[in-house]
Amino acid sequence: MWEYTDKVKKHFLQPSNVGEIENPDGIGDVGSLSCGDALRLTFKLDENEKIIDAKVKTFGCASAIASGSALTEMMIGKTVTEAEEISNQQIADYLGGLPKEKMHCSVMGQEALEKAIACYRGTTIEEKEGELVCECFGVTDLEIIRAVQENNLKTIEEVTNFTKAGGGCERCHGDIAKILLEVQHQPQPEEKQPQLSNIQKMRLIEETIEREIRPSLQLDGGDIELIDIIGNRVIVATRGACSACKSAPITLKNLVEAKLREFVSPDLVVEEVSK
Amino acid sequence: MKPVYVDNNATTRVAPEVFAAMEPYFCEMYGNPSSMHSVGGTIGPKLKAARKQVADLIGAQPDEIIFTSCGTESDNTAVHAALTADPARRHIVTSRVEHPAIGSLAGSLSKQGYRITEIPVDGDGCLDMKLLEESLTPDTALTSIMWANNETGVIFPVEKIAAMCRQRGITFHTDAVQAVGKIPINLALSHIDMLSLSGHKLHAPKGVGALYVRKGTKFSPFMIGGHQEKGRRAGTENVPGIIALGKACELAGANLEKENTIVKSLRDRLESELIRLIPEAKVNGTVKARTPNTSNISFANIEGESILLMLNEFGICASSGSACTSGSLEPSHVMRAMGVPFTMAHGSIRFSLSIYNTEEDIERIIKELPPIVKRLRELSPFT
Repeated sequence: MWEYTDKVKKHFLQPSNVGEIENPDGIGDVGSLSCGDALRLTFKLDENEKIIDAKVKTFGCASAIASGSALTEMMIGKTVTEAEEISNQQIADYLGGLPKEKMHCSVMGQEALEKAIACYRGTTIEEKEGELVCECFGVTDLEIIRAVQENNLKTIEEVTNFTKAGGGCERCHGDIAKILLEVQHQPQPEEKQPQLSNIQKMRLIEETIEREIRPSLQLDGGDIELIDIIGNRVIVATRGACSACKSAPITLKNLVEAKLREFVSPDLVVEEVSK
Repeated sequence: MKPVYVDNNATTRVAPEVFAAMEPYFCEMYGNPSSMHSVGGTIGPKLKAARKQVADLIGAQPDEIIFTSCGTESDNTAVHAALTADPARRHIVTSRVEHPAIGSLAGSLSKQGYRITEIPVDGDGCLDMKLLEESLTPDTALTSIMWANNETGVIFPVEKIAAMCRQRGITFHTDAVQAVGKIPINLALSHIDMLSLSGHKLHAPKGVGALYVRKGTKFSPFMIGGHQEKGRRAGTENVPGIIALGKACELAGANLEKENTIVKSLRDRLESELIRLIPEAKVNGTVKARTPNTSNISFANIEGESILLMLNEFGICASSGSACTSGSLEPSHVMRAMGVPFTMAHGSIRFSLSIYNTEEDIERIIKELPPIVKRLRELSPFT
């Protein structure tokens, strides 16, 4: 038997806002009989785009009915823009959590809300955009990618829990595994480099020159000296063999600048002080 | 509130007589029957008596009974024995509606290179007998068909199938876990080579089962170890469980008539009243050949888990073939094999009765279920 929280039980046995609003401002239908759960959400707005009423009809298991009920309670009183921010995780949290196999119920609530808002705005969410991956439950690659990204999913089982994809004949498990790999290997949005103070930057540049650059220059009897740092410009002077070497500018670019970009900051430019 | 328990195909209450029979074997007669002293030595004759009790219920000889730990072990042992006896044959015939103890095992064997034929069923849950007969080939090592289906109660003509197999020299096994104790079984008059049964489906406790192996059937053990069960199933005997199974089989024999009169009439009243009172409700599985205790009914456009949890609020314990109850996402393989439409499959409920059910139990279900269905249909966007 599922371990449902008392809140899930309450929202299942006495669901709030059951029904359908006549002449609603927005309507969202998701799911189907064949999938085993479905939900119709309708809402009404006041003149300030505030949701003054929402009603839901749900076909499905206890957690589906509870998710629909929770969703209506969460959205009433919010503006459309505020309601738009409700995520499936928030619906699950509102219910005190859902069994992991039932997370798709909260996803269904969120999708119904999204559709109802799109309906109100007159924009349509492209029905089943993307390529079909799971034929049993009609789930596309875009839906899977989104669930993986938003909920940081790691395994096929988690994808099934959130989207149902792969819960039937299991033939698409290979495709889901591929999607998981692709999403996981996508370059993460660049972590913001911690801003270095000028002094920190200077020290780091000096250390890098000392540790990573100077030893290889000295092997050839050359050297550099740090003269100044202006913004992202690093001004150096060449010494020893370097000062007479024709390929010094190439060394500055390929070695000095490359090392400083790697160890200090990718936006640094190395310039040789005018002789 | 006393629960109304109508989930006896899942498991049953241990009969008080059975519990009383097994109880001394925990703290007093705890010996190992293999031991050479009186604490253990007195156990052997008791096991012998239990073996006879089990054999008597199904028309077998006592030495044709091997005690196991459960129905699944019996099934695995039978399949293993048949395949080992004739390693050159690489084909197995079974059905699409078997319990996972056979169904998943067949799936696993198919990965090991065996060819599996799963005989389909029609909308009534009945086997395609013509296809079954055509599927039997010289390469077929084993046919394994359940005697009665756990979800619908539909009874398969296993004696006829066994005869077909015998003619062709093919070993026949039946998973009779849902049939033993519910319908008369006389193996002496049949060609069935092996039969599995389980204790906890007939008022013995969980953890004990038996495999019938007809005398002369080639056998090789699944559990290897000591000499217990004449070397056919190693492992120290589950003495209290075996004593309990023996007693439960004796009781089942005595209650067989009750099962087919009183229990059956309770089931029939429940079924006909629910169909009369609830619109868009349909019985799954042929009513012509069914175990007397089982009724599987679909209620259109609502979902089984919701029905069960609402029934549970009234102390009524049943089960469902819906996707949500099992943790899988698809309705049961039995409903799908029967081609039950999705509108009906998700809302299928199984009521499985026992001799402990009363008229009051049935009246409570008849009173509480119709408003639950009505309520869930009001919640549903499809009605």
